[in-house]
Amino acid sequence: MPSLKALRNRIASVKATRKITKAMQMVAAAKLRRAQAAAAAARPYAERMSAVLANLAGGLQEGAGAPRLLSGTGKDDVHLLVVCTGERGLSGAFNSAIARLARDTALRLQRDGKTVKFLCVGRKGYDILRRTFANQIVEFVDLRAVRELGFAQGDMIARKVFALFDAGQFDVATLFFSRFKSVISQVPTAQRLIPAEIAGTAKTAGQAAYEYEPDEETILGDLLPRNIAVQIFGALLENNASFYGAQMTAMDNATRNAGDMINRLTLNYNRTRQAMITKELIEIISGAEAV
Amino acid sequence: MADPFTFELVSPERLLLSEAATQVVVPGAEGQFTVLKGHAPVMATLRPGVVEATLARGVVERIFVRGGFADTTPEGLTILAEEAIMLADLGAEKIAAEIRNAEEDVADASDASLKAAAELRLQQLKEVRAAAGHG
Repeated sequence: MPSLKALRNRIASVKATRKITKAMQMVAAAKLRRAQAAAAAARPYAERMSAVLANLAGGLQEGAGAPRLLSGTGKDDVHLLVVCTGERGLSGAFNSAIARLARDTALRLQRDGKTVKFLCVGRKGYDILRRTFANQIVEFVDLRAVRELGFAQGDMIARKVFALFDAGQFDVATLFFSRFKSVISQVPTAQRLIPAEIAGTAKTAGQAAYEYEPDEETILGDLLPRNIAVQIFGALLENNASFYGAQMTAMDNATRNAGDMINRLTLNYNRTRQAMITKELIEIISGAEAV
Repeated sequence: MADPFTFELVSPERLLLSEAATQVVVPGAEGQFTVLKGHAPVMATLRPGVVEATLARGVVERIFVRGGFADTTPEGLTILAEEAIMLADLGAEKIAAEIRNAEEDVADASDASLKAAAELRLQQLKEVRAAAGHG
C-alpha cells in the first residue's frame, strides 16, 4: 500500500495532466471551428472546377489527343501514394488510421507485382511509413512551419507530383487523407489523382456547345494541373479539420479518464488516511487501558 | 438597364462573390470581353487583370484576379480565379511585390518562349497597377 504522501503526489500530478488535456481539448475545439469553416469555404471552387472539367473532358474524350494527366501513361506499374497526415500527435488514431490505409494499399499493390513509391505530407505519417518502406519514400513535405494552410501549399505539393510525373517516375497517383464526416468520425480515404477521375460527364450531353478561348487542349492542359492542386488543397483542409476533430475527441477522453483516476485515487487516499487514524486510536486506547 | 444574371467569383480559398450582376468585364487571355445576360457559352482562360462587375443593386465591384478561368453560360458566369483580391484591398506594395516577382521570372527565364510569357505577365501586371492607381 502506497504511503499517504505518495498518494497525494499522484493525485496532484493527475490533476495537472487533466488541466493540460482540458486546455488542449478547448484549443482543438476552437481550431476545429476555423478549420471547418476553411474547408467549407474551399468547397465551391472544387465543385465548380470538377463541373467545368467534366464539361470539357466529356467533349474531348472522343479525340485521341487527350493530355497525359487525363489519360495516364497507359500503364499502371508504378504507383505513387501521396499520404497526407498531421504534424502532431495526441489525436487518437487519426494519423495511424491514414497510414494504415496507405500501408495496406501499398502491400496489396506490391503483392500484385507493382512498384510503390511514397510522397509523405506531414511528419507523423512519414514516421510511421518510414519503418516499413524506408527506401520507397521519394519525398517528404513538412508543413510544421505553416501557420495557416493556403492554396500555396496545395500548389507546392502538386508541383512536386508533376515534376515526378514528368520525369516518368510513376504511372498512377493516389491521394490518402482523412475525410471529415463529423467531430467524432473521420474516414481515411483514398482518391485517385492521376489519371484524373472525371465524375458525371453524362449530364452535359444536352447542353449547347461551348466556345473555347484559347482552344480546348490549351484550356484542359491548364485546368488539369490546377484541378489536382485543388484536390490536394481540399485534402489538406479536410485533413486539418479531421485532425482537430480527432484531437478534440481524444483529449475529451483523456480528460474524462483523468477525472476517473482522480476519483479512484482520492477514495484510496481517504481510506488509507482513515485506516491510519483508526490504528492510532486503537494504539492510544489500548495504551490507556494497560495503565 | 440590362437584365441581371448570376455572377459567381470563387478563389480556391473561398467564395468571394455570388450575386446578380447586369454586366461583367472579364480580362480574357486573348482579350477583354464583356458578359451580359444570354451570352453564348464560352470557356476562357484569364490573364492577370481586373474584373469589373456591375451588380444588379447598382454597385460596381472591381476585383483583381491573378489568372484563372471564366465559365460563361447563358444562365450565368462563373469565374474560377487562381487568386482574387478586391481592388480596394489591393495595396500598392502587393502589386509591387507581384511585379518584382514577374521581373525575376523574366530574368530567370531559360528559353525564349518562357521569357516571352514572363514578359507578357509583367506587362499585364503593370496595366493592373495603372488601373488601381486611377481607380
